Amino acid sequence: MNRLVLAVLLLGAASLNAQTEIRFDSTPDALQLPAGVYFGEVAGVATNSRGDVFVYTRTGHPTLSLGTARPFAHGGSRLFEFDKTGKFVREVGKDSYGFMYASQIRIDPADNLWVVDQMSNMVMKFDPQGRVAMLLGRKAESENVPARGNPNNTGAGQQTDLFNGPSDVAWDAAGNIFVADGLGNSRIAKFDKEGKFVKSWGKKGSGQGEFNMLTSLAVDAQNNVYAADMGNKRIQVFDDDGNFKTAISGVNSPAALCLTKGANAVLYVSNTNPPEDIDHDGEIYKMKLDGTVLGKFGRAGKLPKEFGTVNAIDCRNENTLYVGEIGNLRVQKLMLH
Amino acid sequence: MRRHLILGVLGFISAACLLGQRGGPAAIKATIEGVPEISFTTTPNLLKLPPGEYLGESVAVATNSKGHIFVYHRSANTRLFEFDQNGNFVKEIGAGYYGFEFAHSVRVDKDDNIWTVDEGTNMVTKFSPDGKVLMVLGRRPPAVVGMLAAPPGPNAPAQKYIFCRPTDVGWDPQGNIFISDGYCNNRVVKYDKNGRFIAQAGSEKAGSAMGQFNLPHGLQVDGQGRVWVADRSNNRYQVLDNDLKPIREITNLGVGWTVCISQGPHQYAFLSNSNPNGNQPGTWDVSGEIYKAELDGPVLGKFGHPGKLAPGFQVVHMMDCRNPNELIAGEIESWRVQKLNLQPVKGDKK
Repeated sequence: MNRLVLAVLLLGAASLNAQTEIRFDSTPDALQLPAGVYFGEVAGVATNSRGDVFVYTRTGHPTLSLGTARPFAHGGSRLFEFDKTGKFVREVGKDSYGFMYASQIRIDPADNLWVVDQMSNMVMKFDPQGRVAMLLGRKAESENVPARGNPNNTGAGQQTDLFNGPSDVAWDAAGNIFVADGLGNSRIAKFDKEGKFVKSWGKKGSGQGEFNMLTSLAVDAQNNVYAADMGNKRIQVFDDDGNFKTAISGVNSPAALCLTKGANAVLYVSNTNPPEDIDHDGEIYKMKLDGTVLGKFGRAGKLPKEFGTVNAIDCRNENTLYVGEIGNLRVQKLMLH
Repeated sequence: MRRHLILGVLGFISAACLLGQRGGPAAIKATIEGVPEISFTTTPNLLKLPPGEYLGESVAVATNSKGHIFVYHRSANTRLFEFDQNGNFVKEIGAGYYGFEFAHSVRVDKDDNIWTVDEGTNMVTKFSPDGKVLMVLGRRPPAVVGMLAAPPGPNAPAQKYIFCRPTDVGWDPQGNIFISDGYCNNRVVKYDKNGRFIAQAGSEKAGSAMGQFNLPHGLQVDGQGRVWVADRSNNRYQVLDNDLKPIREITNLGVGWTVCISQGPHQYAFLSNSNPNGNQPGTWDVSGEIYKAELDGPVLGKFGHPGKLAPGFQVVHMMDCRNPNELIAGEIESWRVQKLNLQPVKGDKK
């Protein structure tokens, strides 16, 4: 019996070791910024149906005004658009009230831009022309100085669109909206396509349906919701009512998810290294939706083809990925072979 | 008795407050004697700024192989300006960049890449000569953490890839990267040219033994790969070998504020006993001079003294000495960069 268990474990280890290394290249200067414009930490990168590339980046300096009745904070992040050749097109949402600390950008099937901000606690939908179309959440009127966290926060949140550290957004086939309210709170909030609150599930913890650093979301064609539960080292899968279905482990610290479209959809998952360590982790996995690993590529580091704290993956084209890095202040365009 | 005790406690508290401002107002008189004066002339208005532009605290200055001058300064925002060898403004690099908040050092490597060390964002950034970001080391504290980036209490253990108010950067001939870190860590860190951690000397804790530091404030690497560290609050310089093992210390040149190693086959060290910030009474009399020394020890000469007006110095924070007879000094409290033409001294190798 024991021998059997050992044999199974060894087999498991062997299959892990045998994981195919996917060959890939990184395109130099994939995105060309205008002179005098810089990326900060790249929290989000996403493409639309034309192949235009949008980058939501922490450009720095969220500033606090002095000599005011309360401490007001503003600025800190910017959203840039490039065409499919990497040429800079424009800035979207310049000086937006909600752009403070970039968390993510995703683009829906109608090419609307959904911008998630971790500090303003807002999810902002822009139409393809860049006009504000719908807002979820509300930026705090003023800041607490010094900053105050609430150690008693269960993470369950309120039955509203008031977020605490949102990290990602996704939609099901009917257009229902799922927000990963996962860095201050630990829940997934569901809204209908018009933004009306439906329900939310999850709280801080390590049990089924509980989260510790809920960093990324994806919804497949069957409306299953994949949630990167980074601190618990797993991806939890729910139906679109929030019922737990399964958990995928084996990717040490899954932080950024991307699901391809179509019949044979695959999931890209980054085993994101923390900014304080580039000597371990960092690779990106390609897996089937049941968690079977198809291959992996890359490692943590600062060179091209290495990754510095990946926070976003765009996989509209299964073999042409855009990867946004926090540690290296850049976007890499990867061609997988 | 009781009264004495209270006074004693008060005295202790006020002394602690003074000492608590690291590198505070105390001026340190150099104990070396008989060093000849080097005569020099200054070009105080060397840099020609575009109309409406100003330098702030000009804490960092460096030149590239063409003689272009880079000034990394604390303006309303921290900014990096490039001037040509005649002082004409060329361009700004990194306007609005995420890694700029509170300038501390700029250095130019052998390939003319420009490296900034920012003690506000805890980031060291390598820019290409045309101003593109090539590599970043360290990470800016996340804004979502709020206003308490450095919590009170003892320093947290130093991490391989995170800095705590880093101060300076240098490279050995192989391209390995050395960073002095800094005001809250007290260490020197070595990375390979791709930014991978190799070793560190010191730690988050301040110390005065060899190989320990108390505010490592300036750093340069000589042609033999030895690492020169201005160990400011220990009032000394330390020279480390390429593996960061201490070789020797220099304790007779005052505070040990910043160091510059000239280029070329015969290198000199310039070591600044900068007058302390605040211009406390008496400080101008005992500090503010810069020493020129051979790398193997002999001090050849000294020059300069504090003063509000050029050629006086107002807290020299950093020097460029690509050409050892043409020093460029960045000062904190004058918002000024001076070019100093030094007369050769006896003992100079030709």
